[in-house]
Amino acid sequence: MKTHNSFDKRFEFAGKAKTYSLIAIVIGIIAVAAGFLMHHGEHGERTFANLLLMGYYFTCVCMAGVFFCAVQYVAQAGWSASLIRIPQAFAKVLPIAAAVLILIVLAGLFITHNSVIEGKTVVAPYLYKLWAIKGVSTPGDANYDAIIAGKSSFLNIPFFLGRLLVFLGLYSWFGYLLVKYSRSEDEIGGMSNYNLSFKMSCIFLVIFGFTTPIFAFDTIMSLEAHWFSTMFGWYNFAAMWVTGLASMTLLIIILKQNGYMEWITENHLHDLAKFIFAFSIFWTYVWFAQFLLIYYANLPEEAVYFYKRWEPEFKPWFWLNIIINFMAPVLILMSRDSKRMIGTLKFVCIAILLGHWLDYYMMIMPGTVGGEGRGFGVEEIGTAIGFVGLFTYTVLTALSKTPSWVPKNHPFLEESLHHHI
Amino acid sequence: MSSTKFILGLFDDPDEMMQGIHKLQQNSIPIYDVYTPMPIHGIEDKLGIKESRLGYAAFLFGCTGFTVAFSMLYYMLVHDWPMNIGGKPHFAMPDFVPICFEWTVLFTAFGMVITFFYATHLFPGRAPRVMDLRATHDRFVIAIDAKGNTPHADITNILKEAGAVEIKHNDRKYVSYE
Repeated sequence: MKTHNSFDKRFEFAGKAKTYSLIAIVIGIIAVAAGFLMHHGEHGERTFANLLLMGYYFTCVCMAGVFFCAVQYVAQAGWSASLIRIPQAFAKVLPIAAAVLILIVLAGLFITHNSVIEGKTVVAPYLYKLWAIKGVSTPGDANYDAIIAGKSSFLNIPFFLGRLLVFLGLYSWFGYLLVKYSRSEDEIGGMSNYNLSFKMSCIFLVIFGFTTPIFAFDTIMSLEAHWFSTMFGWYNFAAMWVTGLASMTLLIIILKQNGYMEWITENHLHDLAKFIFAFSIFWTYVWFAQFLLIYYANLPEEAVYFYKRWEPEFKPWFWLNIIINFMAPVLILMSRDSKRMIGTLKFVCIAILLGHWLDYYMMIMPGTVGGEGRGFGVEEIGTAIGFVGLFTYTVLTALSKTPSWVPKNHPFLEESLHHHI
Repeated sequence: MSSTKFILGLFDDPDEMMQGIHKLQQNSIPIYDVYTPMPIHGIEDKLGIKESRLGYAAFLFGCTGFTVAFSMLYYMLVHDWPMNIGGKPHFAMPDFVPICFEWTVLFTAFGMVITFFYATHLFPGRAPRVMDLRATHDRFVIAIDAKGNTPHADITNILKEAGAVEIKHNDRKYVSYE
């Protein structure tokens, strides 16, 4: 067994990785600009929907990094100690992701355009037009909507933005704390930082558990404010967690293939793959729980959600969503061997990341641009590439600023280095 | 000809037992089996034990469960006594999913337990077959089939050198027939 590991070899973020991620960011900016300039009105809405999609995706992946760290501390898990720097890098990027998401939401709420809602041309904001439109809760106004007015004590712009800021601020702060404790543990050693991380992780998980459903209701579900589903929060949580795990695993695999993190063995990958496998099934479980109850009860105000997604524009994607996010991980990752094969795992991670883009697409598009405005072109691909570049750039920058590859004084580090299953 | 059927080397330390396995393998003495009171990481690779086929059994049990549940539901709800439930078609696939899923899990769980019992000769009410009782308590036991593995004195010496605290020459395979 190899006894010497180069934990202190600093990761240098340069060369191809840096060039390509910067190029990707530029492509993203060009695509967004093109989306706004090429078309007017309705098409700006499509660009905004894409920005929201990727901003939300980016934030969720980083939130999953904080969540992963917290879960490992609370479970007092040993196996993950030598790879915890990767989710910590995600946690360090969370404030940036949160800022990007809040910017997108602010712009979407306050920039208005002429939009056609139910045959009438009205001045509506680009995002959340159903409830953020002026006069929606004023009786007698042309835009008055009784259902939304009933929800307006919760769905109004100041409270909405306040919630978003508080939630994302809290998650970022806990992410910052967990990283800080881990750094301080590197320097002074001992158990005090570990115990502190344990305590803060417990508090974080309680807060996170209660607030992520509301975060998902706000950011995504309120696009279709007439409709609601109590499963939606957990459905989004599952998507967030599985995409976070897939991007962590993918990053670890790519780093490993480039000669870093040589202490990560197939045993660690096996554990990560089990996580991905399990939570892909969990995602399907919540997705189906939401679908079955709505299908079975068949209440018009609930069924409208799936009615829209059953239109010819969306129906193939509706099925593809389940095939990529459920069938692919289940069939490919079922056996023990395929969980331990780096190439197979890499393929599944990429498939899941693409699949959940489609999942978010299916959540967002029918409620924003609808069937007529739906498209798959420059805006979709370009924005996605841009955010992938942004994610790569920020995470790798965070990683290059990390002094050592592993938490050197972590009490379970040795266990993780000798992990065997 | 001695009447020894099995030679057991009893160790009180897992590392010394691994050392014993290593020495026996170096001397090309086949090991019948190893019994330990706790799982030892890496021992399967060391002994060259083939991967368990329990997973394949589980898959087949799962398929059986799914097929049984699906055919039962189909027979009852579509063929034998179709009912109008909320205006849904009689063959309403989404409704079938939870029950098919549950039966898949149920059959897999029970099937795996029964397969495991069958493979390990463990059945409720049956005295388990044990080669040395302390292997379930505080001894790490290497068992060597004595037939054809001679001279026995050499095996004894190898085990002793590796740090065995006790070496047994047993005339019968299991100590716990009752």
